[in-house]
This record gives sequence, structure tokens and C-alpha cells, in this order.
Amino acid sequence: MANRTPLYDAHVKAGAKMVDFHGWDMPLNYGSQIEEHNAVRNDSGVFDVSHMTIVDVSGIDAKPFLRHLLANDVAKLSIPGKALYSGMLNEQGGVIDDLIAYFFSDESYRLVVNSATREQDMAWINKAAGSFKVTITEQPTLGMLALQGPKAEEKLKLVLGDEAFAAVDGMKPFMSQQVGDYFIATTGYTGEKGYEIAVPGDKLEPLWDALLNVGVQPCGLGARDTLRLEAGMNLYGQDMDEGVTPLEANMGWSVAFEPADRQFIGREALEQQKAAGHAKLVGLVMKDKGVLRHGQKVIVEGGEGVITSGTFSPTLGFSIAMARVPATVGDTAEVEIRKKLVTVSVVKPSFVRNGKSVLV
Amino acid sequence: MSNIPKELKYASTHEWVRNEGDGIFTVGITEHAQDLLGDMVFVELPEVGDTVAAGDDVAVCESVKAASDIYAPIAGEIVEVNEELEDAPETVNNDPFGDGWLFKIKAEDPSEVEGLLDAEGYQAVIDED
Repeated sequence: MANRTPLYDAHVKAGAKMVDFHGWDMPLNYGSQIEEHNAVRNDSGVFDVSHMTIVDVSGIDAKPFLRHLLANDVAKLSIPGKALYSGMLNEQGGVIDDLIAYFFSDESYRLVVNSATREQDMAWINKAAGSFKVTITEQPTLGMLALQGPKAEEKLKLVLGDEAFAAVDGMKPFMSQQVGDYFIATTGYTGEKGYEIAVPGDKLEPLWDALLNVGVQPCGLGARDTLRLEAGMNLYGQDMDEGVTPLEANMGWSVAFEPADRQFIGREALEQQKAAGHAKLVGLVMKDKGVLRHGQKVIVEGGEGVITSGTFSPTLGFSIAMARVPATVGDTAEVEIRKKLVTVSVVKPSFVRNGKSVLV
Repeated sequence: MSNIPKELKYASTHEWVRNEGDGIFTVGITEHAQDLLGDMVFVELPEVGDTVAAGDDVAVCESVKAASDIYAPIAGEIVEVNEELEDAPETVNNDPFGDGWLFKIKAEDPSEVEGLLDAEGYQAVIDED
């Protein structure tokens, strides 16, 4: 039987269409994926992300260990609660997973990693730990919700009450704070303001119910995918995987090459690739009728590439995609859609932020 | 459980056919089909005047999830298409057996419709999936 989050019954009660997602029974939508998408852009929505894996790293070597394990540099984090996004790479520079690392102290960090890669991640982290003096603890009893949208703040305040909310009031993006039972972080996967909240499993449903009671729209995996794609955020296994480096996946910004003497796993391979040149991930926009889809061939100046993620953008009203193409790409490309070649524009892979188009 | 009106005929590829009299038949996709596809974002319809054979792909329903070919259940001439869908493709989701119809065919041989599935036969097709 597939894994179920503590909210399985609540999803069914809310009318969810449940689907298998890497071994988890998860909600695809609760009726209309587009309505859920629009709720997050215009008001607020809540996602069950309890399938994600939370891993705590502690011990006197926690900091040097993570500086070795991750392509981004946790030494940048000095304020307790502050977080950063990073790839975890193999020796060839390929992305084993992308994750968020939270800093509590030099001896205490939290990682939130993908569910689809949980086993490989745990095996890799434990192996990489080697002689580092660290303790690695999975937190399988914690569930997690993502509350996202321009009204997320207002809704959270209603649910927490003024006193508890004061602890997170005005919190900057990529910060976190423990508030009673709730670990509240200003992170997300939608391009909107909002929170990701880790909660003990038995406290999850009361929080979910409270959010629904104040008018927050339950949202499924369908809306999660269109929202993250509009925001230009990668999906592991689709836009990058072990055979793709961060440089080829628009994640170069998350690789900290400085300081030059930090020996993180994959560094050598990335430096070689940087010198030799590499493919890149771009955005595609198609205003004609039709929808760009994963796997479609893309013809650009100097070669061919492929769409890694494509969808109809509910916010923009036309189709958008991310594609990996040769670096020689120009301002336009041709995509093969249902045996016809269609001309599309090439843009930076980011389309919507805070409810608004970022396309020029 | 999906709604399958008794008075309609069905193709195993999830189109429904309604007899409008005078050899004219309205065609749409079933509630089950729209549910599988999810929110519709574009509907590409045939041209009025097109002559089609049974089984020809004549339209495309494109949803957030996938593009799906729609096949002509019977042979004939396209006499009308539902232009409302151009601006409101979601009508196919909201009212698949009513305002979400796709096109009308003047049948070459109206008896061809008798060879299609009835509601019970279509239910069996869904159950097999």
C-alpha cells in the first residue's frame, strides 16, 4: 500500500482526487486545478507537503560537514533560523537532490529534501558523513503544510492568534522560527509570499482544518506544478537529476565557488564544466494556441534541446516551459508540437512573481 | 461514479453522440473523459464543411494535463462547431453533455450510429480501464 500523510482522510473529505506520487497517495486537485492555482495567486492556498523528508544534522562537525556536502555554503548563514537553497551533488557534479538548509547554530541544522529521492539522499548523507562528528536524524513524525499567497500572512494570523503570530510577524523570506509546536518558515514553491510549517503529525489536521475554516483553498499537486513552473522553480527528476549539473539547470546562483578553498562534493567537475562550456536551462513562451509539454524537441541556433517542464500558465493565459538547450541559443526557438514546428520566444526561466508577469 | 445519460450513444474513445433529427448528430466528450483530462485550456475544432470518416481525428481537447485527440464517431459533414468554447474551454468540464458539446455532423448514413455503444456498453468500457 502507498504511504499516506496524516491528512489522507481530510483530503478525501475535501473532495480530493488522489493519485500516486512516488509511493505516496497525494491529492492531485480538489475539483479544479486552475481555481486552486488562482487562489494562491490572488488570495491563499494550502498544500499538504508532509511527504517531504525532514532531516536534522547536529554535532560539533555539523557546519564543516554541510560545507562539504552542499554546493551552496552554509557559512553564509549567521542568523539563527536563516535558510538557504542548495544542490547536493555527486562527484560528477550531478544533482542528487535540491534542498533547503536551515541554520540554528554551528552545531545544529535542518535539511528539507524531496520525498522522491529520500532513500538515495539518506544513503548519500550518511556515507558522506564518514568521519565527521555529526548525528543525522530523520523526523518522520513531522508533517508539513505550505500556506501560500498574498493573504497567507493574514490567514496565519487568524489561525495562530495575535500573540503567537507576533513571533513571525515581519519575518523576511528564507527565515524560520519555532512557535510552540509549529516550525514556521518563510519559504515556498509558488513565487508568492507564504509559509512552510512543520508540525507534529497529530497536530496537522487541526491546523489544516483551521486554515480551511478561515477560507484558505486546499490545493493539490496539479496547482503546485503550474505555480512552481510560473515561478521558474525546478522540479527534481524533471528539470534536473543526477545526470545534470546545477550549471545546466539554472542553479548556478546556488553554487558557492567562493571561498576557493572550500572543497565541496562536485566542485572539481563543476569547475571543469564551467571552463569547457555547457548547456543551459532557459524559459520558453508560446502565445499561439497549444501547450508546450515535457519531452518536446526544441530547435535552436547551434543545435537541439528538449523541454524539461511545460504547461499552460493560468496566470498568463498562454503556454510556458523550461528547456535545456545549447548555450548558443538566440531569442527564438522552434518547438515540435504534434508534428508541427512552432516558433516560440526564449526568455529567462521565470515568468510570474507575486501574482504578476515578469515577462518584458 | 460518472454520469452516463441513457439517451446518448458512445464511442469507446469517450465521445458521446446525440441524435438531433434530420440526420444531424451532436458530438461531445463524456463526463468521464473530461474528468480524466482535467481543466480544459484549449479546444481545437474542425472547420464547418469538412468531410470526415468515422475514426478520423477531427478535434483536440487540450487540458492542463495533456492534449487529447477527438475522433469522429461517424462519417459525414461537419455542419456546426461550438464557437463558444474558443473563449470558454472550461465549459467542456462544467457541462460536458450540454453546453460543452464540440461539433455537429450531418451523417452520411444515420444507421451508422446504431453500431455505437449504448450507456451500458460504455460503462463496461470505463470499468475495464
